[in-house]
Amino acid sequence: MSKLTSLFSEKQHNLLSVFFTAGFPKLNDTEQIIKNLESNGVDFIEVGLPYSDPLADGPTIQHSSSVALENGMNLDIIFSQLEALKDSVKTPLVLMGYLNQILKYGESKFCQKCKDCGIETVIIPDLPMIEYENHYQQLFTNYGISNVFLITPQTSEERIRKIDKITNAFIYVVASASITGAKGEISEKQMAYFERIQKMNLKSTLIVGFGISNKSTFNTACKYMNGAIIGSAFINFLQEKGVAEIPSFVTEIIE
Amino acid sequence: MSFFVDKNGYYGQFGGAFIPELLYPNIKELEDNYLKILESDSFKKEFKELLDNYVGRPTPLYLAKRLSKKYGAKVYLKREDLNHTGAHKINNTIGQILVAKQLGKKRIIAETGAGQHGVATATVCALMDLECIVFMGEVDIKRQAPNVARMKMLGATVVPAKSGSKTLKDATNEAIRDWIGNPEDTYYLIGSVVGPHPYPDMVARLQSIISKEIKEQLLVQTGNENPDMIIACVGGGSNAAGAFYHYLDTKNVQLIAVEAAGLGVHSGQSAATSQLGDVGVLHGSKTILMQDKYGQVIEPYSISAGLDYPGIGPLHAFLHERERAVFMNATDQEALDAAYELTKIEGIIPALESAHALAVLPKMKFTTGQVVVVNLSGRGDKDLETYITHLKDE
Ligand SMILES: Cc1ncc(COP(=O)(O)O)c(C=O)c1O
Repeated sequence: MSKLTSLFSEKQHNLLSVFFTAGFPKLNDTEQIIKNLESNGVDFIEVGLPYSDPLADGPTIQHSSSVALENGMNLDIIFSQLEALKDSVKTPLVLMGYLNQILKYGESKFCQKCKDCGIETVIIPDLPMIEYENHYQQLFTNYGISNVFLITPQTSEERIRKIDKITNAFIYVVASASITGAKGEISEKQMAYFERIQKMNLKSTLIVGFGISNKSTFNTACKYMNGAIIGSAFINFLQEKGVAEIPSFVTEIIE
Repeated sequence: MSFFVDKNGYYGQFGGAFIPELLYPNIKELEDNYLKILESDSFKKEFKELLDNYVGRPTPLYLAKRLSKKYGAKVYLKREDLNHTGAHKINNTIGQILVAKQLGKKRIIAETGAGQHGVATATVCALMDLECIVFMGEVDIKRQAPNVARMKMLGATVVPAKSGSKTLKDATNEAIRDWIGNPEDTYYLIGSVVGPHPYPDMVARLQSIISKEIKEQLLVQTGNENPDMIIACVGGGSNAAGAFYHYLDTKNVQLIAVEAAGLGVHSGQSAATSQLGDVGVLHGSKTILMQDKYGQVIEPYSISAGLDYPGIGPLHAFLHERERAVFMNATDQEALDAAYELTKIEGIIPALESAHALAVLPKMKFTTGQVVVVNLSGRGDKDLETYITHLKDE
């Protein structure tokens, strides 16, 4: 059983995940960020692999990615940072990156490195389901890696059911038709969408992301789903307050 | 072997639709409908009428006598520069705006590099009374100022792309991000044979009017519809795809694709993708792109904003891999020289992009009587400032 699966078997409500871009604000902040998030009660952590052309990301994550790349971050460095944390960090880590990074690195090599670092879950926003089924599913399975799929307000019921069937991680419920970025409150329309998904009785754990930014949006999302992911708001926080203040960010949300 | 797209949206290993789930419904809608629309009688009729009476097609195929004499071949120029708005780009925008209308879309978004596609999009939006938003790199906004003014006059909103290299690739990223945020009412009118399937195939089909006319015109002018060689510049590759299209299966017609070498292929300031790139995913398509060891996209450079792109369309990646087309390149200086030459001896000021195609003529060894078609993709009005600045240094 993967770390994420055992987490989900123990906890089904108010799951909090936090996303950060590896290499931001500083190249070697990875360890401190992960340990701070873990010790303050974050349930699982998404590690973003900075990319030059992050199509699904808004200005905040774009900016953190450029800074990380300027800091010299690359996949080899990330993997060596994560490997060093393998034994001390118990919180499930999820890697989020774009397909071209993995293609260029070598798909098998990437999977082997994930395995070496104890990474069992990946999110690749520009890897569509059909390409996954035709070219990646077998490979990922061989290395014990689960792929997370996204659904949006526009995803058809039929497609959601299919995703529910082939996924063995969680379903990433994109909160609205938009790129990543901190937004204000959750609208009536979004709640209706969450309710529609909730009523589908899917087998997968449902985690909301894109636009979840504070206690209030987190709580609203958790009324309908198993948990939520905070990304851009955390990156903005790191930019303003710095790594040392992370405990206050997390407690503010889960208090 | 077929050089046309297969039923899964691939050209060999290239192509596909590598898009976030957020765009799946949009792409699916287009994929399910584009052939039906393109092949319908009503589309064909309206497309032809607009091309004939609004764009000014067919464009002439002109035997450039002094150029021919100089290079020792029969050099024909396919005069896409004479199209309304000054480049081949409008063939595509006329076609896609009809597709967008058929799909009931109300808001049109586009990316642009040189501004030619932006102008061509703003033009068809004015014609069809549709809202138009054009994303353009901040750097390109500065170097193509006349086209920015034209787009605004045509009623379009020009949004500066401030991320990355602030050129065409980033304008494309911004357009895709906008589409993610507006999945229902918005149509993304892409400007070249790039992007996720079905765009590369759709744009190639719409531009294929170029080679259709070349065939008819050559038959009349020379008695043979096949030239020995066709030369076209490649940014994303739409004018080249159009000029090659009806010759792809005719093996004895040599296809020459010319990329921008900037300050020199290996100078670190270049956009010669086929020489510097390798397989990867860019803007939703598996193709050849310029990237570093970790798959980060390398920012290209060319004096020509329309060729300043780190990838090529998947069709061209395939033509390159299978050696169906020969990929050559021209530096900034070679392109400038070719532009000054054409202006002086034929009285035609070409676009900087098209000047790259002309710039390989001196590198060829022709035999007398060889028939060569150069696709003159656009006119040089937008590049006058660059031409004037560099003329002083000549
Ligand atoms: C005149 C002209 N030619 C060529 C190009 C390059 O595009 P493509 O390679 O798609 O033909 C452009 C792009 O802006 C252009 O304006």
